[in-house]
Amino acid sequence: MIINGTAIYVLWLREMKRYLRARSRIFGSLLQPLFFMIFLGLGFRKMPVPGLGDGVDYIQFLVPGILGMTLLFSSAMQGLSVLWDREFGFLKEIMVAPVSRTSIVLGRIAGGTTTTMIQGLLMLAMTLVLGFRIKSPLLFLWALGFMVLIAFTFIGIGLIFASRMKDSQGFGLIINFILFPLFFLSGALYPLDNLPRVIRILALIDPLTYGVDGLRGTLIGVSSRPVLIDFLVIGTFAVFMVVLGTLVFRSSESV
Amino acid sequence: MDPSADAIVVENLTKTFEDVTAVDQLSFRVGQGELFGLLGPNGAGKTTTINMLSTLLRPTSGRAEVGGYDVLKHRDAVRKNIGVVFQETALDGKLTGRENLEFHAMMYGLRKDERKRRIDAVLELVELNDKAGTLVEKYSGGMKRRLEIARGLIQNPKVLFLDEPTLGLDTQTRRHIWDYVRMLNRERKVTIILTTHYMEEADFLCGRVAIMDKGRFVALDAPSRLKDVLGGDIVSLEVKGGEGCLDDSFRALPWIKKYVRRDAEVSLTLDKGERRIAEIVPLAQQCGAVVGSVRLREPSLEDVFLHFTGHTIREQEASTADRFRQMIPHHGRRRP
Repeated sequence: MIINGTAIYVLWLREMKRYLRARSRIFGSLLQPLFFMIFLGLGFRKMPVPGLGDGVDYIQFLVPGILGMTLLFSSAMQGLSVLWDREFGFLKEIMVAPVSRTSIVLGRIAGGTTTTMIQGLLMLAMTLVLGFRIKSPLLFLWALGFMVLIAFTFIGIGLIFASRMKDSQGFGLIINFILFPLFFLSGALYPLDNLPRVIRILALIDPLTYGVDGLRGTLIGVSSRPVLIDFLVIGTFAVFMVVLGTLVFRSSESV
Repeated sequence: MDPSADAIVVENLTKTFEDVTAVDQLSFRVGQGELFGLLGPNGAGKTTTINMLSTLLRPTSGRAEVGGYDVLKHRDAVRKNIGVVFQETALDGKLTGRENLEFHAMMYGLRKDERKRRIDAVLELVELNDKAGTLVEKYSGGMKRRLEIARGLIQNPKVLFLDEPTLGLDTQTRRHIWDYVRMLNRERKVTIILTTHYMEEADFLCGRVAIMDKGRFVALDAPSRLKDVLGGDIVSLEVKGGEGCLDDSFRALPWIKKYVRRDAEVSLTLDKGERRIAEIVPLAQQCGAVVGSVRLREPSLEDVFLHFTGHTIREQEASTADRFRQMIPHHGRRRP
């Protein structure tokens, strides 16, 4: 297994070019989280939500959650781009090149992580305009780390599904049946303590739970677990999903 | 690679998808510098063969060597030595022509100065220099095809696979592509394996043609020698009526080598067809048949296909489509 730096770079470069040329997609994919934030934020602003933490209002609580959502959907879309490549035939061009499958996966992860980070940071910038304030610049560096790990985790999951599917039609189903539950279970919109016990247990196996909690801890300084625990758990998920995604992609048929 | 060694060696190559055998115990060799054609209807197994030779599909059994390397054991070495133009477009429409080539050249590990030189050279070859900066999604079908052929040449492949290179192109563009393919083979000495279901394409381009049907070769030789097998010219008559009598009297004639009747068409294989027409027409009329038209032609590969398989390419395609439809009721897409 040889890792080919040029191949990773050129796959990343292609992803960047495609991303920057699809301006409407960038804009469109920021609208959904923006709507969530504005309408949920305004709607629940005056309502007492138990368990937010001392002196935290709902909008402060919501921003890291919506950031997690942006990262979740944006990174899972990387799976969709594999499927598009399959449908438009470009996957064959990639697969017939003398490049190890691992390099191809790494190139995709590099591209997907960069676009996901840009989406996340754009989203965060919008919330700053709307009045959101970051707790401390030093903690913000940690938040960047969480963002990358969330991206890795869900790009890995996206690759696992994309490698096993033949066309993009089924991907909509994946979004509804997997991404939305992951999102709602993660505590992005409300404190998990408010959930019934059974569902709270389900939330504990959702990687995004730790991602969102970590983002909260590093962006607003309030979290339900020590941030270090969050970091270790989401880090483990990230490594596991990337390795699994690589293995599944490598074993998939190219045509 | 030893210059006298064969560019491609295939032994008992087989691929089965679930319970369908797409390629069945195929064995053949292609010498260096050959322009070798795989001719057959859709579903004959041509693309599956190409996909196995280009390392995209694992054979179910058997083995194959391309450029001296085993397609299973030395995948990367095979990949380095081949160029592939797939049946369906494999370009990124959101990149420009040059960017698509640049992507390819980098994947094949070419250095920057070499990349520029090779890309300029292949763009010139297919006359796309002035369109190199345009997004590929704005290209016409013919331009995309030419760009793909150019791309397949960047890494100086020893063997170039062209899977249905002119499918869906207009006649003029097809001619154009044929000229490139021929030039590449003759002047650049690239070994080319081409699949097609156009008879005239195989006839015009290929030094040797394998006729493929249901995953097997039914014949393999130079187009002219394949046509010689039929022995002579073909006179086709469009007739109405006189069924039994026509069969009897034409079969009885010693100078008619072959008699085939398909619905309203009677095909006779014979020597000196232009002289015999004068005898054939009155004979048919004596049987009470109304002769609508008479055609004299030299045998084509279509006739060769019919001779070896007992059906025309078009019929075979129709029945393959039926078979697939019955097999996969919920799934319209066919396995490549």
